[in-house]
Amino acid sequence: MIALVLAHEEAAEAAGSAGLTRYAWLIALLPILSAALTLFFGKRTPGRGWIYGVVTVGAGFVLSLGVLWHFVTGGGPYASSVEWFQIGPLEMTLGQYVDGLTAVMLVVVTAVSLCVHIYSIGYMHGDSRFAWFYVVLSLFTAAMLNVVIADNLFQLLVGWEVMGICSYLLIGHWWEEHVNSSSAIKAFITTRIGDVPFMFGIFVLIAATGFTTSNIQEIGHLVGDGEVARGVVSIAALLLFGGAIGKSAQFPLHVWLPDAMAGPTPVSALIHAATMVAAGVYMVGRTYEVFINADPWVLQFVGVIGVITAVGAGLLGLVQDDIKRVLAYSTVSQLGYMITLMAAGPAGRNAAFFHLFAHAFFKALLFLGSGSVIHACHTNNMSEMGGLRKPMPVTFWTFLIGSFALAGIPPLAGFFSKDELLVALEHDHQIALFALLLFTAAVTAFYTTRMVLQTFFGTYRGHGHPHESPLSMTGPLVFLAAATVSVGFLGFAATGAPFFDWVFLEEPEAITFVPWIAALSVAAAGLGLLWGWVVYRDWQAEDPLVALGPGYRLLARKYYLDDIYWKGIIRPIRDNVAAFVNWTNQVVIDGIVNGVARLTRRLSDGIMAFDEEVIDGAVNGLGQTAGFTGGLLRYLQSGNVQRYAAFLFAGVVILAVIFTRI
Amino acid sequence: MIRLPLVLFFSAALFSIGVYGVLARRNAVLVLMSIELMLNAVNVNLIGFSQLWRDLTGQVFALFVIAVAAAEVGIGLAIVMLIYRNRETINVDEVSLLKW
Amino acid sequence: MNAWEESAISIATFLPLLGALVIALVPREKDRLVRGLGIVVTGAAMVVAVALALDFDYGSGAPLQFELNTTWIPAIGARYHVGIDGISLPLWVLTFILSFLCAIYTWRYVPSPGKTKAFLALMLMLETGMAGTFIAFDLILFFIFWELVLVPMYFLIGIWGSANREYAAIKFFLYTLFGSIFMLLGFLAMYFRASPHTFDILELQALGASGGFTHTFQLVAFGAVGLGFAVKVPMWPFHTWLPDAHTEAPTIGSVLLAGIMLKMGTYGFVRIALPILPEGARVYAPWIGLLAAIAIVYAALACLAQKDLKRLIAFSSVGHMGFVMLGIATLTTIGINAAIFGMVAHGLITGMLFFCVGSVYDRYHTRQIAEIGGGLMQKLPYLGGVFAFVSIASLGLPGLAGFWGEVMALLSSYNPAGVLADQVGLFRAFMVAGGIGTILTAGYFLWMLQRVNMGTVPDRWRETALPDIVAAEWVSWVPLLVGIVALGVFPRLLLGITDGAVESLMHLFTG
Repeated sequence: MIALVLAHEEAAEAAGSAGLTRYAWLIALLPILSAALTLFFGKRTPGRGWIYGVVTVGAGFVLSLGVLWHFVTGGGPYASSVEWFQIGPLEMTLGQYVDGLTAVMLVVVTAVSLCVHIYSIGYMHGDSRFAWFYVVLSLFTAAMLNVVIADNLFQLLVGWEVMGICSYLLIGHWWEEHVNSSSAIKAFITTRIGDVPFMFGIFVLIAATGFTTSNIQEIGHLVGDGEVARGVVSIAALLLFGGAIGKSAQFPLHVWLPDAMAGPTPVSALIHAATMVAAGVYMVGRTYEVFINADPWVLQFVGVIGVITAVGAGLLGLVQDDIKRVLAYSTVSQLGYMITLMAAGPAGRNAAFFHLFAHAFFKALLFLGSGSVIHACHTNNMSEMGGLRKPMPVTFWTFLIGSFALAGIPPLAGFFSKDELLVALEHDHQIALFALLLFTAAVTAFYTTRMVLQTFFGTYRGHGHPHESPLSMTGPLVFLAAATVSVGFLGFAATGAPFFDWVFLEEPEAITFVPWIAALSVAAAGLGLLWGWVVYRDWQAEDPLVALGPGYRLLARKYYLDDIYWKGIIRPIRDNVAAFVNWTNQVVIDGIVNGVARLTRRLSDGIMAFDEEVIDGAVNGLGQTAGFTGGLLRYLQSGNVQRYAAFLFAGVVILAVIFTRI
Repeated sequence: MIRLPLVLFFSAALFSIGVYGVLARRNAVLVLMSIELMLNAVNVNLIGFSQLWRDLTGQVFALFVIAVAAAEVGIGLAIVMLIYRNRETINVDEVSLLKW
Repeated sequence: MNAWEESAISIATFLPLLGALVIALVPREKDRLVRGLGIVVTGAAMVVAVALALDFDYGSGAPLQFELNTTWIPAIGARYHVGIDGISLPLWVLTFILSFLCAIYTWRYVPSPGKTKAFLALMLMLETGMAGTFIAFDLILFFIFWELVLVPMYFLIGIWGSANREYAAIKFFLYTLFGSIFMLLGFLAMYFRASPHTFDILELQALGASGGFTHTFQLVAFGAVGLGFAVKVPMWPFHTWLPDAHTEAPTIGSVLLAGIMLKMGTYGFVRIALPILPEGARVYAPWIGLLAAIAIVYAALACLAQKDLKRLIAFSSVGHMGFVMLGIATLTTIGINAAIFGMVAHGLITGMLFFCVGSVYDRYHTRQIAEIGGGLMQKLPYLGGVFAFVSIASLGLPGLAGFWGEVMALLSSYNPAGVLADQVGLFRAFMVAGGIGTILTAGYFLWMLQRVNMGTVPDRWRETALPDIVAAEWVSWVPLLVGIVALGVFPRLLLGITDGAVESLMHLFTG
């Protein structure tokens, strides 16, 4: 098995010079450097420290393109590692595994991160913790890149959790407000609930290797060769998927993501739309050997979770007033798409990655666009916006491109990826999933239209005079819009779908363009668009959806999930169970300890009484007797010298008498 | 040549007078003088026996006793003087300092 | 063998005791001189210790280095046998480093009622006791060092503690003494069972490995010795002295208590109980694991209910030591390595947390979370930042020291040692409990940060001028902060030392 990997590497070497792929680890290391520099020197740097992040991530982006070029020109994967530490039999390495998928992810992460770094110069201008914001942003980028290049599961886990804490720090960036810090905690704890099974899944896999390695490729070969019992693989896959449920905000742990919108908008774009939330999907695809070698019900379970998420979150997107929450629910919904695709076998996996790739660009675009709007209107609520297309043309046009991509209008990125997605599902004969996702596509188009209409059309309902954002913010918007328009063709059958030559699991698969599916997909999107236009064209006051009655309430209360979690789990544990445990500690356990102490004292009181009364009584009695006798005798001592002399004389006489007798 | 019994009788009488003085008199000076009498009774005895045994040791002792007696009277009188100065009395009954 | 190799660890260990004598002779008025002496003495001891660590041969599999084995009390066969191996080296060096940092911290803060001389002298005495425990290879010597620690800590809590100090000090003293009596009985039992009679740990280990003790004897002896260690760790349910002692103790008392003293118990398990009584360990391991798993969840829940900041940190110690004990209970190389890693990481992190809480108390004069009322990051940004960082390290974030001990302990409990093969399911249940514990741990730490660090400054503190971190604090904290990051990123710094030693320890186990 290890020989296999070695052969793999040799093959990679033989495939020509590994080129820049050798130095892919540098891409992940650079932002750490930037984080350290910004932390220590940020505040003293002109511009207060954005320069480090922008330069290093920019360099990383260029390097990533170089790495991708290696695969564009047909290069093979490259793996290298150094020893990290050894614990018993387990050898941990710090390594990189760079294949086409890694290269694509590197490009996505560095590109979006670079956009966000630049965008934040304008958006976060004047923030009291500007430098700190950049520190965490850079640290996050490093962690995400580490997840991408990690060749073993532990290294991946480290990046995984560091991303979590960065997400926590950034959601809670404005921690003066209680609601922000609460959202941050919610995000961290909820994802950690998923991370624990993920960690256990890693344990199961490591144990399956006999505690020798956590290398993803080696484990993949081991599992692929059927050297691990199928039941074990199934459990491992299920546990690993737990991590994806948490990180990629799948039902029932999706609740943190909408609340995560409390963070600054660039953060939402980078972490809560383009990269970190995609890490769950990425992880499932990276460890896909484990999933396809598991019992079939595991992948079915994955698919069910994905569909529930896609449909459920899509519907929730309908009723939000906060523009970022609309986008957040659409993100959850799109992530549900990707997860569903993962359930559809290797072709689905590839399609999921394509959707991830395209989604990262247009969702980042949408979030940054919404940030630009929020920056101008000083509110998140769409009910206080409107008519913004005139004062903010750049934002409007780029946002519109992103929205069409999200709705799946050809020829934008979203269309192709959704199309691939549906093809893969149809190919796999998952008709129920196919229909549900088609429905979700219509819903998506509907709420996207609602969002665009409410924000940019009609008349302005807010305060002040909104105006276009600075170049540092519009620049990234334009760049991302261009990317959104162009990346779709990478997966288009007519262009040879080069994307799928890069990210394949086993061997490149020819991608097919099925006209009727494409037509169906466009029809669904068009229907949603049209319907949204009809409903919201001249909407001013109350949301027409309120007419749905209980259905609307169910959606507005987010299916009551938050209430169930809060009232049913969190508050009872935090307040009641904790108080009970503390009570047992103070009263029961400590009570026993104090009781023993009290008992001992009571006992010693008794012993002391005995000691004082009886034993010491005897001793004191002797003393008192002696004292009493002495008291009597002391009267002899009168102080009269003559009496003493008389005693003396008498004594002499008595002695004389006695001695003469003898 | 005086016979020894006479000497002893004399000495005994002298000692008895001294004892009486020490035990019965109230005046501290008289008590001191009585002690001198007792000492001298001892001296007489010493000399008497020295004469009998033809040994000078007794007479040497007598000389020592005389010297000691002189010293003793000196200190005794000094104490009496001090008691008188402090208490305006030399009545030994009233001077009961050596009490518990 | 030259003079340096034979005497180095003894010099480092007894230097603080000598320093305590010197400090006792300095006139009371020369307060600065006393504090300076404290820094110099602990610093000198640390230099010797670090020099020794540099001189330590990491490659060799030799069981003991810098060994000195000479007669001491021939009448009872007790010998002065000291030495150091990969298991004791990290803890031993940590003792000196933490003590040195505490001495620096004392340069600025001597808690009420002053009496710097006595305070530092006791601290130095404590240092000798703690360091000695980790190098003793004779049971009597071990016991003496073990008990030597009690007295200074009793006075540190009883004199320099806060309101309820007398209760806490007495509880600490008596509870630990209660445990150590059983431990002593266990030692004596081993002595008399061994033939020839010996107190030497290495000889007893060899004897235990070769089956020199009967099954029943091992059960009884492990129970007695284990009880003594368990109280010190402290394992649930023997932990109730800890929150009281921590809450009342002065800052550096808490730091040393959490940082070093608790490890004496876990170290005792690894060094004495396990290798000498392998049969007993096998029988008791599931129970130890059970108590550890309970401790993890229980402590986390108790933390959620705490209103006193320092008490919260104290309870978190119980949970972290639960992870350490879980690692030990698996009887695997990974588990015991994880335990040692957890001990050192907990020493750094919780020591640092107590420093932070001490400094918060020093400024706010309250430890009640509600009275501090949030806004620490606004009021004192650096102190708040450091506190947040250490809290996050304590909840086991990967890349920081706290992670590896916990995750490796959980990994080892997925597959405990072969001798525990019929209890695999049980240990996996413990693993799940540990996993739930990590979630709850994150919960209470983040909730605490929300209530203390975040939000805006309440009105009552708005007008009060409070100093942020001062120089003495920076100097004493930066090494710990660096250590937390360094161990998190390069676990090899520690595992490289311990792995070989644990491996040879496990050889005794598996034969």
